[in-house]
Amino acid sequence: MSDLTKLTLAGARDALKAKEITSSELTGAFVKAMDEARVLNAFITETADQALDMAKASDARLVKGEGGPLEGLPLGIKDLFATKNVLTTAGSHILDGFKPPYESTVTANLWRDGAVMLGKLNNDEFAMGSSNETSYYGPVINPWRRKGSDAKLVPGGSSGGSSAAVAANLCLAATATDTGGSIRQPASYTGTVGIKPTYGRCSRWGIIAYASSLDQAGPITHDVRDAAIMLGSMAGYDEKDSTSVDRPVPNYEAVLGQSVKGLRVGIPKEYRVDGMPAEIDALWTRGMEWLKAAGAEIVDVSLPHTKYALPTYYIVAPAECSSNLARYDGVRYGLRVEGKDITDLYEQTRAAGFGPEVRRRIMIGTYVLSAGYYDAYYLKAQQVRTLIAQDFANAYAKCDVLLTPTAPSAAFGIGESSADPIAMYLNDVFTVTVNLAGLPAISVPAGLSGEGLPLGLQFIGKTFDEETLLRTAYALEQAAEFKAAPTSWWRT
Amino acid sequence: MSVDQDTVRRIARLARIAVRDDELPALAGELNSILGFVEQLGEVDTTGVEPMTSAVAVKMKMRDDVVTSGNHQKDVTANAPKSEDGFYVVPRVVE
Repeated sequence: MSDLTKLTLAGARDALKAKEITSSELTGAFVKAMDEARVLNAFITETADQALDMAKASDARLVKGEGGPLEGLPLGIKDLFATKNVLTTAGSHILDGFKPPYESTVTANLWRDGAVMLGKLNNDEFAMGSSNETSYYGPVINPWRRKGSDAKLVPGGSSGGSSAAVAANLCLAATATDTGGSIRQPASYTGTVGIKPTYGRCSRWGIIAYASSLDQAGPITHDVRDAAIMLGSMAGYDEKDSTSVDRPVPNYEAVLGQSVKGLRVGIPKEYRVDGMPAEIDALWTRGMEWLKAAGAEIVDVSLPHTKYALPTYYIVAPAECSSNLARYDGVRYGLRVEGKDITDLYEQTRAAGFGPEVRRRIMIGTYVLSAGYYDAYYLKAQQVRTLIAQDFANAYAKCDVLLTPTAPSAAFGIGESSADPIAMYLNDVFTVTVNLAGLPAISVPAGLSGEGLPLGLQFIGKTFDEETLLRTAYALEQAAEFKAAPTSWWRT
Repeated sequence: MSVDQDTVRRIARLARIAVRDDELPALAGELNSILGFVEQLGEVDTTGVEPMTSAVAVKMKMRDDVVTSGNHQKDVTANAPKSEDGFYVVPRVVE
């Protein structure tokens, strides 16, 4: 086989099972690809030696016809997942040198199933950002470029290392997390598939917390089948996370290819926002036509509180982050800046360790939770959150799944949007509602912009109905036939 | 509601983040622009609406009240920037 890194996860799995290739060969090819792609800055930590050891152990199992569903398959891990004895930074200076003495449940599930770890992927600091520009380790560069331009573009965020690494074939698939769109928007910007499952589907244990009532893990992959395979391994009940849900994990791959005939696909009219580029609107319409041609029925629905989702998010998420990030104190792990007393030590450590966006969100959260403001901000936001969730419940009386654009634009240039926090927040306008309501959603690449950049469409499903989501996404993927790929310009 | 520089200083203290005086005007501006943005929630009538406390309706699981873990002192302090005999070391708190 010519270039093993261009295989899909399913393709590599089948080739390994058929003994056409070994995991050592496959892993070696990815180690080389990582090495040649340093300019993209997708990895914070590469674990090549560990990967080759894991591959050898997988080969020993595969040779005997044994092994789990992901046996010998090399993956990238977002640096928000704690990995035992391997540097885990969350993209922050404040976690300098932190090597967890434990493994996150999601990554432990992947290793249980035989997967191989290539390294830890870059992300926005503590997952706070939509462009991967807030990482202490520097921005990730999108493997995609505009037609006829070599301007550096963002890969989306916060899971920008994950989306770039999959798009550039630096790993077969990657783990990611999504608090307001951090799986789906980067997937849309890089021509990859990203699924955020229902809140509670994957354990949050060992994932560095940002906003606990919104955070959820999921994969970024080459295609819908790979997403189904990855989610099947990542998901499951975990007694260490009291919000993880105790219900069986279905065989997600089995639903792919099932007909969408008669499926009711809702189109929320509030997602037709002012100033949305015509090409995004056109892509959305094409998506409806593809589904109609496959036998689905298009239904108009209304989600009247959509415009309040971002303001709600920017109360709830900072409030929870100000509480979660209180643990970074310069005493227990990571960076420490000495001070004249204990309070000064805390204040100097946190001033030096957190970047501007994280400081901003901690301070907003501290303010909205402070005495006298709790009811006006936090309580109010939690009430509006109930209304947003009710909007979806009402819509699902008329339809089975919703179709929307994933993001209001294609990938933008590094530095183009970072000056204005609010402008940056608007990237999540179509994705953030889903986190507030706890629903599952998936982004699928559906076409190219006029400048030759990938654009995604999003499906939003009912609670714990990832199967309908994957089945519909697969039908769209079949119709869209998205085959474009970035040229390997970084391999020089 | 808008915040002035004194409020920013107070929030920073509550959040245990050192802020220099020359950073206050810019921070006040940024916080005010975000607070201005979230202010639009005031338009929404939430009379009688229950605040959401759980993203997915689930019943909290109960477990037996037993010790399931322990004796991890070494692991717990392994990442501490300063530790001694299994304890964290901090500046003197009690005179």
